[in-house]
Amino acid sequence: MNAKLIALLCGVVFGLGMMISGMVNPNNVLGFLTLSASWNPSLAFVMGGALAVFIPAYQWLIKPRVDASKTALTGQPLQLPANKQIDGKLLAGASLFGIGWGVAGICPGPGLTMLISGQPPVWVFFVSMLAAMFAYQRLIEPLSRATKSSA
Amino acid sequence: MTLNSLLPALLGGALLGLSAVALLLYTGRIAGISGIVASLLSKGSLRGPWQLWFAGGMLLGGSMAVLAGVPLPAVTVPLPIAVIAGVLVGIGSRMANGCTSGHGICGIGRLSLRSIVATTVFMLCAMITATLIH
Repeated sequence: MNAKLIALLCGVVFGLGMMISGMVNPNNVLGFLTLSASWNPSLAFVMGGALAVFIPAYQWLIKPRVDASKTALTGQPLQLPANKQIDGKLLAGASLFGIGWGVAGICPGPGLTMLISGQPPVWVFFVSMLAAMFAYQRLIEPLSRATKSSA
Repeated sequence: MTLNSLLPALLGGALLGLSAVALLLYTGRIAGISGIVASLLSKGSLRGPWQLWFAGGMLLGGSMAVLAGVPLPAVTVPLPIAVIAGVLVGIGSRMANGCTSGHGICGIGRLSLRSIVATTVFMLCAMITATLIH
């Protein structure tokens, strides 16, 4: 099967999962992230459900391919992240991401999926996220690379 | 919390895991939504347009769920807060090379230490922030 078609189908399943799991509802997310008497554990079940599928499937179906042919079923290379470093950039990035997530209860998956609702806060979140990603990739990252190499 | 409200969370989560596993197994790609979204910004990206198809599929799948009767939740975040949140999530996910899906599902799912650390840090920061604000 064509890789684009597979990507489309996987995207459909991901979008369905976003909606059915309730991840798209910031109240569910903030109910989990806010430690209070009315704590909402549902997000833990979303992560648990995803990992209950991913971990065994990875071990049985994908790991043997990583160790052998290093290719996916379509023959394309398995593109797993090579970066294993736990450095300041990872910690700072994860911290900023966490603060942003805790502020509004929206992360990239729900932000993208909820564009279909047409609600202004979702679009404002998504466009701000895109603008920040663009600024980071085009301005901040090249700049930090330049200062590093000139030092 | 009743079983009725936790069952959809578990089932929806399983669909997220299934999607990520199928994408990796068939195409060799990681289903990290922040990376997919960011790649849409670089036109003529060397990685090809599969990301566009995945993103389009997410909108399609979300719409199918709505047609099947899953309600679209109301998002009542004030607009200035949405800007701040979007900027932090955008920069943070690029710096850390991943978000809830890339690190939280695919990375932890591969038992990657880097992703386990990233997820722990962003979960803790999100919990502290949310608990202080809300």
